[in-house]
Amino acid sequence: MTLDARTDMPVSLTVNGRRTAGIVPVRQTLAGYLREELGLTAVHLGCEQGSCGACTVRVDGEVMRACLVLAVQAEGCVVETPEGFSGDPAMDRLRERFATRNALQCGFCTGGMLVAARDLLAREPRPSRHAIREAISGHVCRCTGYEAIVDAIEAASHGGTAP
Amino acid sequence: MNDMTRPIGRAMPRAAARRHAAGRGRFVDDIAPAGCLHVAFLRSPHAHARILSIDLTAALDLPGVVDAFDGPACAELCKPWIGTLDHFPGLRSPEQHALAVGVARWSGEPVAAVVATSRAIAEDALDLIEAEFEELPAVTDIEAALDPEGVRIHENYDSNLAFRLDLNAGEPDAAFAGAAAIVERSFRFNRQTGVTLEPRSLLADFQPGTGELTVHHSTQTPYQMHDVYSRHFGIPEERVRVVAPDVGGSFGLKLHVYGEEMATVAASIRLGCPVKFIADRYESFLTDIHLRDHRVRARMAVAADGEILAMEVDDATGIGPFSVYPRTSAVEGNQAIRLMGAPYRMQSYKGTLSVLFQNKAPTCQYRAVGHPIACMATEALVDAAAGALGLDPLDIRRRNVVPDDAYPYRTANGYMLEGLSHQACLEKLAALMDYDALRRDQAEARARGVHRGIGLAVFVEITNPGPAFYGVGGARISAQDGCTVKLEPSGAFSIAISITEQGQGTEAIAAQIAADRLGVSPERISVVSGDTRTTPYGGATWASRGAGIGGVAVMKAAEAMRANLLDLAGTILQASPEALDIREGVIVDAETGTERMSLAELGRILYFRPDTLPPGTHPLLTVSGHHVPQGYPFAFTNGIQASHVEVDPDTGLVKLLGHWVVEDCGTIINPLLVDEQIRGGVVHGIGGALFEECNYSPEGQLLSTTLADYLVPLASEMPDIRIAHVATPTKTSPLGAKGVGEAGTAASGAALLNAVNDALSPFGAVLAETPLSPERVLRALGKV
Repeated sequence: MTLDARTDMPVSLTVNGRRTAGIVPVRQTLAGYLREELGLTAVHLGCEQGSCGACTVRVDGEVMRACLVLAVQAEGCVVETPEGFSGDPAMDRLRERFATRNALQCGFCTGGMLVAARDLLAREPRPSRHAIREAISGHVCRCTGYEAIVDAIEAASHGGTAP
Repeated sequence: MNDMTRPIGRAMPRAAARRHAAGRGRFVDDIAPAGCLHVAFLRSPHAHARILSIDLTAALDLPGVVDAFDGPACAELCKPWIGTLDHFPGLRSPEQHALAVGVARWSGEPVAAVVATSRAIAEDALDLIEAEFEELPAVTDIEAALDPEGVRIHENYDSNLAFRLDLNAGEPDAAFAGAAAIVERSFRFNRQTGVTLEPRSLLADFQPGTGELTVHHSTQTPYQMHDVYSRHFGIPEERVRVVAPDVGGSFGLKLHVYGEEMATVAASIRLGCPVKFIADRYESFLTDIHLRDHRVRARMAVAADGEILAMEVDDATGIGPFSVYPRTSAVEGNQAIRLMGAPYRMQSYKGTLSVLFQNKAPTCQYRAVGHPIACMATEALVDAAAGALGLDPLDIRRRNVVPDDAYPYRTANGYMLEGLSHQACLEKLAALMDYDALRRDQAEARARGVHRGIGLAVFVEITNPGPAFYGVGGARISAQDGCTVKLEPSGAFSIAISITEQGQGTEAIAAQIAADRLGVSPERISVVSGDTRTTPYGGATWASRGAGIGGVAVMKAAEAMRANLLDLAGTILQASPEALDIREGVIVDAETGTERMSLAELGRILYFRPDTLPPGTHPLLTVSGHHVPQGYPFAFTNGIQASHVEVDPDTGLVKLLGHWVVEDCGTIINPLLVDEQIRGGVVHGIGGALFEECNYSPEGQLLSTTLADYLVPLASEMPDIRIAHVATPTKTSPLGAKGVGEAGTAASGAALLNAVNDALSPFGAVLAETPLSPERVLRALGKV
């Protein structure tokens, strides 16, 4: 089969615990599909080049840039966006610490940061500040200067003082 | 200030932060009305070219394409603009159109628009446009733009000079003639851009039935844009509405008039339906304002005891082909040349500013307008002078800053400073960073062949601008701000403010100020901002004016509401209003604190049982306050920063070990938010000094159009930043608050530059070009 970029294909995903099905042009990115068709607008597009990290989501447990994945490539996958992670205590702690530490200003990078931080805490429950800085270095924040984000992730980790 | 029972001065998180952390931000691109169309732009592939023809036929034939138009068609709806203001005498700039007409003057300038049912289809259609250009010679380099025999960008002008300013104060020639030492540097500060993470975004919706235009716009200045849309599209002011929802970073970038945004409004008017423009990152690099493209030659005269006697500065800055509308592109150079030497007693100065047209993207005001240029040039010369005289960098600054008891003080360049605290900040910084210990560490490390450096930078920051900034020059940009306070029946309050939110916490501090005066907790105040239909008219948020000007408007409105409520409560309680107070949401006896009635009970009576009030009582339950800064044209703030670095002389890599800031923004309303403003600002300044550069080819093609080519600071490269404060409340406002948005950015680059040069001093290497890339470090070391 030859595929034109505009050819439509069916895609079915599980997104934030719900099963979804739709028909998308094959060139539609996962980010575009999540935002435009599913209304999951916390997936932000800051560069569409895979550099800024704002569109980061979890696909089958792995952190990915939703701007670099086509929706049809994610066929059958389990996707979690920043709106998701419901009932996840670590994500709850992260959200709380981001808010109380003012670890975000404009909020555009925040969803991607949270997903990256959640992934870090899954791998390293007590990360050092250096490890936190390394883990979020694929994510651009232009507002905070990063320190408050590092503080918030540290506080939300098991090494931190979070409940 | 540390009264923890009062909302002003308390470190409080922002309500909006919880919304964003839950993934519920709402940016322009998140708004998708039914029938929304999308626009994409054909751009000039050349830095300078005559547009010979644009054939849109094939693009219009593509299924899904709804409309396409070029510059002349757009100009039928959108009046062109000229980016000059009267208070910059001699500033010139030609008419600029939303889409280029006749000639394109930078690579990336929009020349035609396509509107389609999706952005992807609109982009497909761009490939089908047949456009013919005749390439013209381009002027890109600042020296080439200065050449009187060179190519001229605007045929009707005799040169590429947009604006020139000469300053002369005291006796600079005599000072240089009598100096014990003269130090000199030739600086090159290369072009940067803003990189707001949310790109420029706009959703225009023109209603053909009523002639009303609603624009959801990622902007700092909805009122300014309201005025621009009204005048340039001929729509009466009362039929325009501009709404700024969540704005994903702005920093001065989203308050200028951009061709794409005007053309998107034109498209909505042509079609009578909503049309959306969301810049992609490539377009952002090509067409967002750029900044700080300066070549500065500067020298400083010092006496044998280290006294700075005079500076002489020649600053040539390239602004692209147009002065940007409506604020002009003269402000950055104007502030750079006037802020040189501003922290110091020096009273002799000679400065020349040349603002030049070139075939690159337009430059304009951005966070800390002009400050980093002035600070890097001045502070590098101060360090050079210290080196020439064998003085310690901290010591030479101690000897030269304007003393804390010398205010009010007029700088050599005519800025009137109301009350600064350089001496207090300097001593606090020395203790905070343990300056002497770091110097010992430096000496010990050098002995091991490790090259660490310490850099200091004193700064003066311009905040709270009054009408002198734009209004006197003819710009329709409000210098006043307003606030409306409404009592809710439950005893809560809602406030509507003209200052706007881009994440710095405008809404949070407004709630704190209102709560402070209304005697309730900030949680009981809801805040509306960013909608020109539902909020008072004002200047909004830029140049660090939110807290200092808008905050006072909130205070005045809240005080008026409080007076009304105490009057009404006095009537009900048969008490004198002076004998009553509002504390924690309750009307109390002022002397004893005894509860008299809750605000909820007062609200119930005032709204639902006003029949029980004396005849003739008509309670005023929605009141407004406005504030105009008066007395001084600006509220200046000050501070000092220090940077600690390690430079690898083999690779040229600079590692940041530490950064310190001591800053004085007067009364602090929310320490949590102030410190995060400073940290974010510091990292912006570090980015400009260390990484960020808009790289152009000699032909004027932008080469750095991705975040892999244009490097912004990332978490792993940044140090923790320690902050301390000195508080000198401004007497010009009853709130005492000055601005803080520029402070971090103003001096962090200068501190870093000095630290790197300090580290390299054993090699005799000196850097004077930013960003301080590894290649430039190795060049300075003579290794490449």
